[in-house]
Amino acid sequence: MTAATIQRNRPSGFRISKRVLPYLLSLPALLVCIGILIPFFTSVVYSFQRYRLSQPWARQFNWGDNYISFFTDPKFWNTLQVSLLYAGITVVLELLLGLGIAMLLQKRSTLNNFISIMLLMPLMTAPALAALMWKLMTNPGFGVLSYLASLIGLQDFRWASSPSTALLTVVLVDIWVYTPFIMILLLAGLRSLPTQPFEAAALDGVPRSFVFFRITLPMLTPYILTATLFRLLDSIQQFDIIYAMTQGGPGDTLTVFQVEAYLNFFQSTNVGRSAALMIILWAITYFLSNIFIKNWLRLRERARGQA
Amino acid sequence: MEHTSLLERILRGIALALVVIFFMFPIVWILMMSFQTNETILRIPPQLVFEPTLANYTALITGKLMTAAGTLDIAFMRNLCNSVFLSVTSVAVALLLGVPAAYAFARHKFRGSEDIAFTLLSFRFAPALLVLLPLTLYFQKLGLANTYIGLIWVYQLICLPLILWIVRGYFEDIPADIEYAYRIAGHSWFATFRKIALPLAGPGIAAAGLLAFIFAWNNFVFALVLASADKQPVTVGALAFITSSGIQYGQISAAIVLSITPTLALALYAQRYLVEGLSLGAVKG
Repeated sequence: MTAATIQRNRPSGFRISKRVLPYLLSLPALLVCIGILIPFFTSVVYSFQRYRLSQPWARQFNWGDNYISFFTDPKFWNTLQVSLLYAGITVVLELLLGLGIAMLLQKRSTLNNFISIMLLMPLMTAPALAALMWKLMTNPGFGVLSYLASLIGLQDFRWASSPSTALLTVVLVDIWVYTPFIMILLLAGLRSLPTQPFEAAALDGVPRSFVFFRITLPMLTPYILTATLFRLLDSIQQFDIIYAMTQGGPGDTLTVFQVEAYLNFFQSTNVGRSAALMIILWAITYFLSNIFIKNWLRLRERARGQA
Repeated sequence: MEHTSLLERILRGIALALVVIFFMFPIVWILMMSFQTNETILRIPPQLVFEPTLANYTALITGKLMTAAGTLDIAFMRNLCNSVFLSVTSVAVALLLGVPAAYAFARHKFRGSEDIAFTLLSFRFAPALLVLLPLTLYFQKLGLANTYIGLIWVYQLICLPLILWIVRGYFEDIPADIEYAYRIAGHSWFATFRKIALPLAGPGIAAAGLLAFIFAWNNFVFALVLASADKQPVTVGALAFITSSGIQYGQISAAIVLSITPTLALALYAQRYLVEGLSLGAVKG
């Protein structure tokens, strides 16, 4: 009320600048937005074109051909399958592990806090470098993990260079890097839960499993959802780990969406197909991120309320 | 919950030990490898006790690798400098552009403000190559391909949304009444922003800046697509190492250690803010 009266008494020149000011301040952000949207729409256009960098003269609109050909293209189905498999496996395993570790570390003690800080280190390692670290450790010649595998009877275990274990290896690296992410989010969630329901349950002598499934899990659900969707969105687009580890190989075992699009663009110089792949991936992530943003905003409001 | 049996405590201890081993082992092992000569690295079974050598680090830092065949140039220091330069500049630019915008979004609900904020946020979750691949073609036309300016511009795609969303939350947490009071005392809008809002949101801005730095440093795909060897940061440079002939595993390990140390150190320093930053303010740590 007071603020409004004060403003009314100001000279009119001020009022104009007051109206323009927010726009002026957010202009850079707006420009970045435009800087994102232009290439985005360019991608949409490319995806409807027959466009190869090696044959620029043959560039023309072929409308839906890039998309239609996906239906009969086993490579596309492989890409879709590997991407979903990778995202599914990593998210489920990381969620289970992350929840387990968070519960182990739930009680505030010096040791637990120290461990939870230590576990941040993999998360802060660049995923591409993490892949490189694991590549050194799984080197068939001298890698310590290859040696350990041979100790438990897995002679000549090829890790990322064999089609049958390549997925397992990159999933392992993903778990190493990103489990701490889920862990710290869920740990923050667990530690912010009200204590009364747990005290009441302890007084009543309610079994542990009941407490976990009926009290802990339901109260933790918003955190679990946020962590899961965050990871799902990242994981389905994973590029760094897979590219740094195997470049999508061996063969096309690990050509997930972004790796396939990268190879299409830079190796087969097929811009049209690459763009169409990215649009499909974008559609998937757009769908997921809409669910995510809604849930995230709710959680954010709640966090704000508690702060 | 408190009455835990001895057996349970032992099991918990074992589980925790396994967790620590799994997550720490790669870092410890690579650190050890970085102090070994190629001969000790190649020995089977792997050695836990060895004579540490600094040769790998000196080779990287001087950029000269002495081999039996002759001297080999390593451009790793260049990569490291690129990483420092790109990350620091990108974060500085993002702070300069993002903090005032975050303030505008937090304090003034104006037409389109939510749309801009959400476009930025939704592209935080969009595939990077969707935007990057057309950009490579544009950059070639504009002459921005393989320039620091082009890279810093693209790095804003990582830094700006992060800063905007985290700092906005901090500005929203400052009661508007404090600012009104200062305004009523006759101070200008800018003075209010500088003397009241900025200091109060200071920790949040610092946290967002640190996190943006870590994300920029750890980025791989942007530079892979848009930069060639002389502009590449460590993430891309270290990968090129493994395929280039003559460079030994000890040097690769040392390069990895040097490349991850800055982000790990920053993360440990700023760990208090990480939870909030990583979840874009959704979860208060």
